Amino acid sequence: MKEYFQNVWYGLFTVFVGMKVTFKHLFVPSVTIQYPDVNIKLPERERNRLYVNMDDCIGCDQCSRACPVSCISIETVKSIPGEDLGKTSNGKKKALWVTKFDIDIAKCCFCQLCVFPCPTECIYMTDVFEYSEYERNSLVYNFVTLSPAEIAQKKSNFAKLEAEKAAQKAAAAAAPPPVKPAAKTEDKP
Amino acid sequence: MAIKTEEMVLNMGPQHPSTHGVLRLELVLEGEIIQKVTPHIGYLHRCFEKHCEAMTYPQIVPYTDRMDYLAAMGNELGYAVAVEKLLGIELPPRVEYIRVIMAELQRIASHLVAIGTYGADIGAMTPFLFAFRDREVVLNLFEITCGARMLYNYIWPGGLSHDLHPDFVRLTREFCTYFKPKIVEMNNLLSTNRIFIERTANVGILPLETAINYGITGPMLRGSGFKWDLRKDDPYSVYDKFDFDIPVGTGKHGTVGDCWDRYDVRIKEMEESVKIVEQALDQLPEGDVTSAIPKRIKPVVGSVYARVENPRGELGYFIVSTGGTSPFRLKVRGPSFVNLGIMDVLCKNHMVADVIAILGSVDIVLGEVDR
Amino acid sequence: MIIYDFLYNLVYSLFQSALVSNIVAMTICAALPLIFVLTFVLWAVLAERKVSAWMQDRVGPNRTGPHGILQTVADLIKLLQKEDIVASENDRPLFNIAPVLVFSGSYVVFAVLPFSFAFIGSNIDLGLIFLVAASGFVVPGILMAGWSSNNKYSLLGAMRSAAQIVSYEIPTLLVLVTIIMITGTTNLRTLSEMQTGYFWNWMIFGGPGLSAAKFLFIPFMFIGFIILYISTLAEVNRTPFDIPEAESELVSGFHTEYSGMKFAMFFLSEYANMFAVSALVSAVFLGGYQSPFGYIGNLIHVTWLVPIEQFFWFAFKGVFFVLVQMWLRWTLPRLRVDQLMALCWKYLIPIAFVNLIIVGLITVL
Repeated sequence: MKEYFQNVWYGLFTVFVGMKVTFKHLFVPSVTIQYPDVNIKLPERERNRLYVNMDDCIGCDQCSRACPVSCISIETVKSIPGEDLGKTSNGKKKALWVTKFDIDIAKCCFCQLCVFPCPTECIYMTDVFEYSEYERNSLVYNFVTLSPAEIAQKKSNFAKLEAEKAAQKAAAAAAPPPVKPAAKTEDKP
Repeated sequence: MAIKTEEMVLNMGPQHPSTHGVLRLELVLEGEIIQKVTPHIGYLHRCFEKHCEAMTYPQIVPYTDRMDYLAAMGNELGYAVAVEKLLGIELPPRVEYIRVIMAELQRIASHLVAIGTYGADIGAMTPFLFAFRDREVVLNLFEITCGARMLYNYIWPGGLSHDLHPDFVRLTREFCTYFKPKIVEMNNLLSTNRIFIERTANVGILPLETAINYGITGPMLRGSGFKWDLRKDDPYSVYDKFDFDIPVGTGKHGTVGDCWDRYDVRIKEMEESVKIVEQALDQLPEGDVTSAIPKRIKPVVGSVYARVENPRGELGYFIVSTGGTSPFRLKVRGPSFVNLGIMDVLCKNHMVADVIAILGSVDIVLGEVDR
Repeated sequence: MIIYDFLYNLVYSLFQSALVSNIVAMTICAALPLIFVLTFVLWAVLAERKVSAWMQDRVGPNRTGPHGILQTVADLIKLLQKEDIVASENDRPLFNIAPVLVFSGSYVVFAVLPFSFAFIGSNIDLGLIFLVAASGFVVPGILMAGWSSNNKYSLLGAMRSAAQIVSYEIPTLLVLVTIIMITGTTNLRTLSEMQTGYFWNWMIFGGPGLSAAKFLFIPFMFIGFIILYISTLAEVNRTPFDIPEAESELVSGFHTEYSGMKFAMFFLSEYANMFAVSALVSAVFLGGYQSPFGYIGNLIHVTWLVPIEQFFWFAFKGVFFVLVQMWLRWTLPRLRVDQLMALCWKYLIPIAFVNLIIVGLITVL
């Protein structure tokens, strides 16, 4: 019997306690950030869309190998001797023409594993997160700065160089071997 | 003459507001009383374990995040502990302390989700939003450290990806002072509410014997009255340097091992985690967090099993290595997967509404169940 | 009533026909509560969302119009242009009639609510009994909706709802019988008239007059008020009693399968019902349309202002209790079916009975 009334009292009491909490919260100012109107300031280490500074890229392929989802595809072509590709911002001399540097940002899992191995710190994550596109293909970002004509030219240059080298090798192989000192012939008894 | 009745099969299908993900529960009902529950899983299977055989050890870390996505730091910590055991490397103390801080903050965030969604399942919408409001503060702390709010890729085998942000210690201390009254408020609103107690006390009682036989770990086991926590019973990292208590269920509002006890264990664990975070901040040494990260992870031939205390239970990694840069086999013992097996036992002779309460107290994350 | 007579005389002077004047006056009088209900729902939907948002530290709708005041209009337009889906396995006649029945059940109650001295839809002498009986119309409506949806979840929700509404009518009636015993009338208008004067004449403070019985009644009136409020909360399927439409278990319960205008009918009827029972509680216990402090119209000798003020007080009290209902919804979890039944049969009914007996004894002695 006593438990019965205790139940009734306890029930009503906890309901009122709960109501008091929600009533207090009526007067707490709202914590919503009104997104499109208010620009949220993101922290400096924020990991959103990738960006590659092609001036610094030496084409070492480290980022592509580190990526767990294989969203970076890089193709390079060796430069012919005598060409000056310039230096990166920390003084390294570049030796490779980067002919293809595609990042499929739709595949990227934003893990940041590509940022750490880069020796020149040219690939990094920015804080841009509003980059929706209408076409899925537009999410494949091409970062190369060479025009297709230039790329074709670099490739053909390299192909010519290779061809020359191969021709030289073939010429060296086909040419008569250099004269060796005559082998001592044994006098036949 | 008895009326002829038929058993009804009700499908709490993969799309349901309360099944915490894509879980299909097939209920066999007699009126409103459950006769049998069969969970059907696999809707979120992403071939994680097979995929790990094709990736190098550092590349696996983002994938371990995505298993139990609500407690990502715990997953990464388990993997890092396993690989470090295999490699046999020694870590700078600063790394260990920061890992503990992150894991405990993650425990608070994960329990907030568990409690909030549990309240929402029972019908109280407001504590859900309050819990998520507090979780925002924790996620902001993670954001300034590593740049991501949910899937961090922060705890690497051998160290961490970044050192702490200069403001981190101050902001975390502010969080600890901010959070303690919030637990009191959550108690006032939900834990001591008579209706909530009616819904969860004496519901889904898990006897200790059954729990141990089924391999249940985590707050479910502690809710049944057994003090078992890997942080104290099989310490890893620097957990033996902290002074904290292991809350267990006492059957305060019903029987030991009912849903209210498990819920209460989670609330008390949050308080303990705040204590650990404060102690760790006080004891935080200086050092370099990236110095011990190996250039290439190529472990010796062998296998290792390492386990950590995830917010949901015991998370274990079994790694078999044949000397290459990828593991030969990586098997994960997911706590949610093992805990889900208890559904049939717990739901017998309860009503449909209780299934929701029981499932909420088991606290599963489908990413871990299905991997 | 005054408005009916006024309209009747107006039309009679134009058309000189008793029948036409009767019909026109009746139609307009019947439509007036509808206008009130629609305006109320327009406000209530937004209020629910805004109040819930403020309690949860959020903002609520604020894009549709300043502070979101056009939100309900937007909802209405959206619901109107939705496709009206009727699945092939559904029982068509039942499926189509169900929302109509549910809405009529909620709306018919407005016929006996005393909006002010000048306007009451129908001044029948059995007002209270009619109210409880007519609001029972929703039960077959809900059952029809649940059954014809051909969906196990909806069926479960409908069965629970039928049990719930029918059980909770009993404590409602018991408390209303208590009031009838004290006042001796079931006519809601007379009830409101009896509580004229200032707030100490309200039923919750024991009723008009200054006898010793009045002071003895006060605690029992308070208990009766709480019981009535709880049981009417259960009648309208609001949390903590909203298992028929439990969002997290049954995904909307008995109105899962409805879309478009039919869903709007269910929606409308829920809010109309909320207001109706709040109005009932305030009419019975808190003086209906009576002002607690006297009328400004009387003070400045402008007599036609008084009915308008009374209407304002009626709306105010109704809206206040609706806000308390919303407050409860966002604070409390949901009760399980058997606990709900236990609450009704084991707690509310015995206490209401004891209340009734004691009040009866006091009235007799």
